[in-house]
Amino acid sequence: MIPVAFDYTAPSSVADAVSALGSDSEEIKVLAGGQSLIPVLRLRLAAPTLLVDIGRIPELRGITDEGDALVIGAMTTHAEVADSDLVKEHAGVLAKATEAVADPQVRHRGTLGGSLVHADPAGDLPAPILALDAELVIAGADGERTVPAANFFHDMFATAVGDREILTKVRIPKHTGWGAHYEKFTRVAQQWSIVAVAATVKVDGGSISAAKVALTNMGATPIRATGVEQALLGRAAAGDTVKQAASSAAEGTNPPTDTNGDASYRRHLANVLTGRAVLAAAAN
Amino acid sequence: MAQISIKVDGVEYADAVEPRTLLVHYLRDQVGKTGTVVGCDTSNCGSCTVHLDGTSVKSCTVLAVQADGHEVTTIEGLAKDGELHPMQQAFHENHALQCGFCTPGMVMQSIDLLRDNPSPTEEEVRHGLEGNLCRCTGYQNIVKAVLAAAESAPVRIGTAGGTL
Repeated sequence: MIPVAFDYTAPSSVADAVSALGSDSEEIKVLAGGQSLIPVLRLRLAAPTLLVDIGRIPELRGITDEGDALVIGAMTTHAEVADSDLVKEHAGVLAKATEAVADPQVRHRGTLGGSLVHADPAGDLPAPILALDAELVIAGADGERTVPAANFFHDMFATAVGDREILTKVRIPKHTGWGAHYEKFTRVAQQWSIVAVAATVKVDGGSISAAKVALTNMGATPIRATGVEQALLGRAAAGDTVKQAASSAAEGTNPPTDTNGDASYRRHLANVLTGRAVLAAAAN
Repeated sequence: MAQISIKVDGVEYADAVEPRTLLVHYLRDQVGKTGTVVGCDTSNCGSCTVHLDGTSVKSCTVLAVQADGHEVTTIEGLAKDGELHPMQQAFHENHALQCGFCTPGMVMQSIDLLRDNPSPTEEEVRHGLEGNLCRCTGYQNIVKAVLAAAESAPVRIGTAGGTL
């Protein structure tokens, strides 16, 4: 299929991008890596009159070490995030989840910022961003504002980023030395997550001293499994104790029912996968 | 219309395109590179895979305007002076195709795979080709061909200047 006709602009700075978004007369879509938007355009599920391509803005790319945090530009590709030694060392669960996104070709084009703003409930990156207590920097006509991940995801395909704003960067507090794992459950290759679990834990002397766990596709937005996090504290990082703590992962969730599974199946999956994710995280 | 300049298989092109033109349609319809095919049209099958600045992309999921100023290599740019690229040769020798429709994308992604990982295991080959579907299910020989190429020609694949 061929998308509807639209005008196209590729600004070279964030300021120019924000001003391009200011038009009242246009139906505007922001084009990041395009790996979700271009299929949506091809299927004619969206019919913008103007595409603002933020792919030619150098300041939106790259991964920098800012002392106690990593800062990742919104247009940094999945391949760059997954290959980054900085991300592997200080935000391991994001590196692991990013490796699980789609396939190699899509990871070469798709971007961290694009995935987060798209906010697909089955997308793999919102959960690790939530688990890592990241902050998201949003630019608009009035300058920049920072939103914690816990307040960023509003609903299915809806975030704190307004129509006239763009996400510019993601600031992730370093989780150096934390074990990390992303447990993604699918039936076939390159499928979206039926359910997935992002887990990162700190292990001291064989017991868990800190744990962060977030769930993918257990509701319209990613969900922190706070009950599990608390139940894991001080527990041995081993089989039955972790499984028992993980058995409350699905509490308070509202998973969808679709052709891949009904809500009760997803609740079961969430508990099992959380146990696996925490054990794997504790082991690395 | 938008003006774009793209190098395709070593040749510079300057063309006017509609912003909505997909890279694969530009390559096929305006440049004439019909070796790159459109399979699923939904970003799943990978048969339209080309290299954009040396890394693999699905050309049905890139706009031609996004490739402005960049370099594209298609399946048609691989053979040199009538000699097949080592990956094409490996596909030939291992009968890594049945109907052949997925082959251009399989070959392009396989080259990307070996650039990233010159000595992959069988499992890594299967994982690296996750974004390419063969509806004849001819995967066994495709995997065999990629492993054979890794064995026989790692130097040429790994050092061909970032485009091959």
